[in-house]
Amino acid sequence: MLRYIMLRGCLAILVAFTVSLAAFLLLNVASDPAQAIAGEDATAEVVETIRARYGLDRPLPVRYLDWLGGVVQGDFGESYYWHKPVASLVADRVDETLTLAFSALAVTILIAIPLGALAALNPNSWIDRFALGVAVSAQAIPNFWLGLLMIIFFAVTIPIFPVSGDSTWRHFVLPAFVLGSSSVPAVMRLTRTGLIEVMGADYIRTARSKGFRGWQLLRRHALRNAILPVISVLAVQLGQKFGGSVITESIFAINGLGRLALESILGADIPTVQMLIFVFAIVFVAMNLLADILNAAIDPRIRIG
Amino acid sequence: MTALLDINHLNITLRSPNGPLRVVRDLTLELNRGEALGIVGESGSGKSMTALALMRLLPRSAEYQATSMAYDGVQLPDLEDAQFYRSIAGPRIGMIFQEPMTSLNPVYTIGRQMTEASVARGLMSAAAAHKKAVTLLDRVGIPDPEDRMSQYPHQMSGGQRQRVMIAMTLMLDPDLLIADEPTTALDVTVQAQILDLLDDLRRERQMGLILISHDLAVVAQRTDRVAVMFAGELVEQGTAQQVLYAPQHDYTRKLLAAVPRLDGTPGRPAPATPRVEDVIVARDVSRIYTARKGLFGPKRDIKALDGVSLSVKRGETLALIGESGSGKSTLARILLGLDHATSGEIDLIGRPIDQIPPTERAAFVQPVFQDPYTSLNPRRRLSEIISRPLMLRGERDSATNLAAVKEMMERVRLPIRLLHAYPSQLSGGQRQRVAIARALVTRPKALICDEPTSALDVSVQAQILDLLDELRDQMNLTTLLITHDMAVVHQTADRVAVMRNGRIVEEGTASAVLSHPTNDYTARLLEAAPRFETV
Repeated sequence: MLRYIMLRGCLAILVAFTVSLAAFLLLNVASDPAQAIAGEDATAEVVETIRARYGLDRPLPVRYLDWLGGVVQGDFGESYYWHKPVASLVADRVDETLTLAFSALAVTILIAIPLGALAALNPNSWIDRFALGVAVSAQAIPNFWLGLLMIIFFAVTIPIFPVSGDSTWRHFVLPAFVLGSSSVPAVMRLTRTGLIEVMGADYIRTARSKGFRGWQLLRRHALRNAILPVISVLAVQLGQKFGGSVITESIFAINGLGRLALESILGADIPTVQMLIFVFAIVFVAMNLLADILNAAIDPRIRIG
Repeated sequence: MTALLDINHLNITLRSPNGPLRVVRDLTLELNRGEALGIVGESGSGKSMTALALMRLLPRSAEYQATSMAYDGVQLPDLEDAQFYRSIAGPRIGMIFQEPMTSLNPVYTIGRQMTEASVARGLMSAAAAHKKAVTLLDRVGIPDPEDRMSQYPHQMSGGQRQRVMIAMTLMLDPDLLIADEPTTALDVTVQAQILDLLDDLRRERQMGLILISHDLAVVAQRTDRVAVMFAGELVEQGTAQQVLYAPQHDYTRKLLAAVPRLDGTPGRPAPATPRVEDVIVARDVSRIYTARKGLFGPKRDIKALDGVSLSVKRGETLALIGESGSGKSTLARILLGLDHATSGEIDLIGRPIDQIPPTERAAFVQPVFQDPYTSLNPRRRLSEIISRPLMLRGERDSATNLAAVKEMMERVRLPIRLLHAYPSQLSGGQRQRVAIARALVTRPKALICDEPTSALDVSVQAQILDLLDELRDQMNLTTLLITHDMAVVHQTADRVAVMRNGRIVEEGTASAVLSHPTNDYTARLLEAAPRFETV
């Protein structure tokens, strides 16, 4: 087990650095960062000055290794735009994004898993069709549009929640719902098919023959098996919540990492963009790692060779 | 005294797209305490459906009606679900299922699954349940039962899982035990042990037993009364003696005639001219697997094969018998080139197997596997399945391939109209014919059949064995037949090799080995084989 975790951990780190390298190349090769900072109508002279000031005149491998060296020591460079260390910028704003991402995940879990389970236990009933309807709509409605609708209905027409901002928990209700709903279809359908498959398994028949039924049957024999695939997908969804927060945070004016990403992209603030990509990648990889470990802990067939 | 079980006019109907299907018609059965009732019949005859109806385990699409379905005087259909599951399923009626590989929950330990029902019911403390479970595991013949309690199902073999399943059902001390093909997956010696155990329990506790089986020999030996089912109907019922030795119904007679017998002269008559040419020769073949005990434990070597030497001559059928885990299938895999020997040599018609390229090897030796339900690709038509070996050899002329396929289908007596059918549209017997046709289409010199009939009903088994026999004579085929069924060996083998723990412990002509075994183990295997004449 320990070996398994260590192996997966090393793989995760490798993936994170591959992503960072790809991000670095994209940002530095696809466009000229000095030109981007200086602006479109800057003179060649200004561009050269900027290039020299930020060390952008050095060869690419040197700049990447320089950046990498900093990262290992926790130094992600200084923001061109805010003139502060990028790490502290990110640290200032990570709370909002974490709150949003986890509350969105909670929304997903609270809607998708009970709905999927109910649909699975009553296949082809009205509740199954209702769940299918929810899934199709949630899949079809884009995030930004749902966000605007929510603001119109629940902040303007019926002012229960604030329109935007991030100072109280009430500010997070609408954004969490909007961000969480996008993951409902995938998680719900997986819960449904997983549970239907498990309920048809021979060991469930065995448990019935021992006299288990209803909730007891679910709790003792079905849930643990059915939850395995759901865990993997939830991990990916949580990663997407981080990335997906770019749009939701902008709509609801939440001062988190998503907005920081948007601002730094618009401001050609390469060190910040680079760190954010790195952080998002790490979160994605870490979540997958966590899911693998959880699955191994739950399923002895993975744990014990 | 009221009967333990009294079923009157039970009808079970399955809803299907083509209208309702009556899978059980007008079934009437009675069972007293301490009595054993055998239900025999082919798959699809409604045996299992009857048992599932009793346990409220019928599929959603099924419905049943009965004028009476009483357990110990209580009408089961009148009980609420809650009451049924609390008081009947488990502590009154226990059921053992036939799928040992999937009937245990993969994510919980054996111990937890064995003890949970009695602990959840408040019948005993966790410690007492644990103790009882260990005792029962010991009784069903699981070695180191204490250690096994903390293991998971995937760490056990099919036979062990089936024994766990049986022990688990006995945890609740049911008064009626329904055993649906309880020993089909087990070796003869284990089978005898399990059936003895069920016999003992029946006597000790006056437990009623319903033994559902397609194995007439088992039923004949172990039950007081036998009911024969055919196409959903009970065609004959009576004492085991009556039904099996003086059958009244045509179907029962047909079923009995199909059973391979252990009486008479064993083996096939010797050929007029002695067989000389060696087709398969194995010399001192060993196969060693390396495994680890636990996660960090030391490496261990497991000798799956330990210095096995054998030869099969042209036109001969060599039966390889032994318990599961004795190395039979490993040897077959190596002979087919699907695995490699750690040491030793294998020649196919005088050429070392390593030097024969895989495409050519197909013309030497072909397999027929045990399970016709899973060994055929469900998404391919028969024509594609059977012609696949030809395609793989680079023979792409579709007209000749089609002709070859049709010829093979005729030889294995599959109707040509099935040429474009999918495996799911065929019965088990037909699927096994497809597997044989596919194996023979390259005109191999040898066939390796790994339990080719153990998944089939008796009457179908007889047809397949006859077919293999006939093909052998027509095509001068050499056959290595792996089986645990002594009766099959008795009927079809020229020579017999007995394997145990990776070694061949006895080898000789079928008549010599089966009539006068010199090895203790062979004698035990023969002793344990169920047979008619000992009733």
